[in-house]
Amino acid sequence: MFKVKRMVLCVVAAACASTAVQAAGIKAEVIHWWTSGGESAAIKEFATAYNAAGGEWVDSAVAGGDNARAAAINRIVGGTPPTAAQFNTSKQFHDVIKEGKLNNVDDVAAKEGWDKLLAAPIIDSIKIDGHYYAVPVNIHMPAWFWYSKAAFKKAGIAAEPKTIDEFFAALDKLKAAGVVPLALGGQPWQESLTFAAVLAHVGGPDVYLKYFKDRDANVVNSAEFKKVLATFKRLHDYVDPGSPGRNWNDATAMVITGKAGVQIMGDWAKGEFAAADQSAGKDFGCFPGFGAHSPYIIAGDVFVFPKTSDPEALKAQKLLATTMTSPAVQVRFNNKKGSIPMRTDVDTSSMDICAQEGIKIMKDKSRQLPNPEMLISPDTNGAVTDAVTKIWNNNQSVEDAAKALAAAIKT
Amino acid sequence: MNASPRRRRHQWVVYVALLPMFVTVLFAYLGTVLWSVRISLSSSRTFPADDFVGLSQYARLFNTERWLLSLHNVVLFGVLFIAACLVLGFLLAVFIDQKVRAEDILRTVFLYPFAMSFVATGLVWQWVLNPQLGIQATVRRFGFEDFAFNWIVDQDKVMYTIVVAAVWQASGLVMALMLAGLRGIDEEIWKAARIDGIPRWRVYFSIVLPMLGPSVATAFVLLAVAVVKLFDAVVAMTQGGPGIASEVPAKFIMDYLFGRANIGLASAASTVMLLTVLALLAPWLHSRSRRARAAGRAAQ
Repeated sequence: MFKVKRMVLCVVAAACASTAVQAAGIKAEVIHWWTSGGESAAIKEFATAYNAAGGEWVDSAVAGGDNARAAAINRIVGGTPPTAAQFNTSKQFHDVIKEGKLNNVDDVAAKEGWDKLLAAPIIDSIKIDGHYYAVPVNIHMPAWFWYSKAAFKKAGIAAEPKTIDEFFAALDKLKAAGVVPLALGGQPWQESLTFAAVLAHVGGPDVYLKYFKDRDANVVNSAEFKKVLATFKRLHDYVDPGSPGRNWNDATAMVITGKAGVQIMGDWAKGEFAAADQSAGKDFGCFPGFGAHSPYIIAGDVFVFPKTSDPEALKAQKLLATTMTSPAVQVRFNNKKGSIPMRTDVDTSSMDICAQEGIKIMKDKSRQLPNPEMLISPDTNGAVTDAVTKIWNNNQSVEDAAKALAAAIKT
Repeated sequence: MNASPRRRRHQWVVYVALLPMFVTVLFAYLGTVLWSVRISLSSSRTFPADDFVGLSQYARLFNTERWLLSLHNVVLFGVLFIAACLVLGFLLAVFIDQKVRAEDILRTVFLYPFAMSFVATGLVWQWVLNPQLGIQATVRRFGFEDFAFNWIVDQDKVMYTIVVAAVWQASGLVMALMLAGLRGIDEEIWKAARIDGIPRWRVYFSIVLPMLGPSVATAFVLLAVAVVKLFDAVVAMTQGGPGIASEVPAKFIMDYLFGRANIGLASAASTVMLLTVLALLAPWLHSRSRRARAAGRAAQ
């Protein structure tokens, strides 16, 4: 009896679904990896906007970035590509371009004036041989400093540190107050983003770019680079013994509860603070670096459009690109995602203070710094990550560490 | 002896029934193995490439510290894991074979870890071993301030924690196999041993254990397979850390296959794994087939 009822329900549901399909417009299947609570709320903004613009969004979520990208690439190779697929703003999809398997979005880019609108590091990442091959949808800053106002008060720290020395002084005070100074999840990618932050803030943008962009192995012998390595190692004294293997959100929870003082993490951490009913400026603070001219590391997500000659799919791809980049949708999406819009000509009033500061900094071109993934291939990035995690976890001398990093950037 | 026509027809049906399996083996296994070997000789990154670059992927592989460490780790893990599982599994089986009360419950308890996914239990192990959440923190809270058990965050000891967790999971399976073997041992042997006044442990060690040969061999093969494909335990417990201290070959291959978009290097690594397994298996297969042939001759 129960079974029969269920079958009837299924048939009814299927019938309803099929009528819905007939009523809707241009179908777009989108592969992405935004599956957590805040993330799926964010992608729903895209879906709603796309449906409102006369399309029909077919959601194809795959948990985990690696898995989602592998799924997209397998389908592209297999000849049944999705309408759009998510990648990071990086070199991850450059091989796909080289194979000639992506459609460009030059029309949309020209209409919206991307050459003027977008930040230079993002253009470098998505414009290949004069063609735009991806639609950037956000700017993530992967290395904000998040701190607990309660912990800072307990340790007697009055102001946000303005230099690296002030930062270490603050960490010392936190330690003395019995708080874990630096909340770090000891997983390779988190250690790696900590290293990128130290390289950008202590070594400076020039050394950073010489290493990651020019892949100049000699830069590791410079005094600045040695200071970076020493500083990086010094930070290790300020993490707790339970750090290795910890997930990033568990480390954020330490800051939320005031057990730890500072975490260096991307702006997606805001979702964790929000879930704990904490607000920026009141319960926790954020600073992107030290002082008024600190570099601002840029990362983010893009959608690419696999090659197709089906006119319906082409229409869908154009509609997706236009919808995703329109100012209102950008703000709604990014407020949920924790990132900032990929364009600065938007209404910032609904954003939190960290995002507003991010937008303000993005208007100053000299502070923009691409994250390592935009500059080196996933393969090289992996080799650098292996070297960094070894430096962080082993008692390696500065000389050996420099040698390992020089070898890694050359792979 | 000549096979009768009826028997021959019977065999023909068997071959037809096996055909789908044969085709699957040929294309899905052998075909993909050959394809991997081919890819390992190319410069493939995200996409398979058609060029030949000789053995340069292998040269890079054996210049990669993480790969060498992975091999070292899997050997260390393999030796400890197989030895501990066989010993513990055998002892558990002997224990249950003493006709203990509540045998059914105990058997279930011992076998249960094997029924659960390591993705879940590995996370529990991670918490239990974490110095600030698990055993160390608990014992310290009882007043032993100096108690230290932080192997999982220790470069040199982290592999042992993975061995412990893996043994916990797999020894129940070995127990089940051994127990089945023990139950197949003729009661008469026990009676004869008792009449001769041989101590129980001696009977187990010198008579029963050699008779359990096939069970031990089965357990060994299953455990060896688990060693080669060791992946979930590491990912769930340490993600290869701290640093790269608990990296293993399967994780290396997976990382390069997907996250690092280098299927050339990943294929080279999997080819090395395949060759290693074959090199270990070949002598065993050879001796077994020789023994089988000898047995066949003896039967004639």
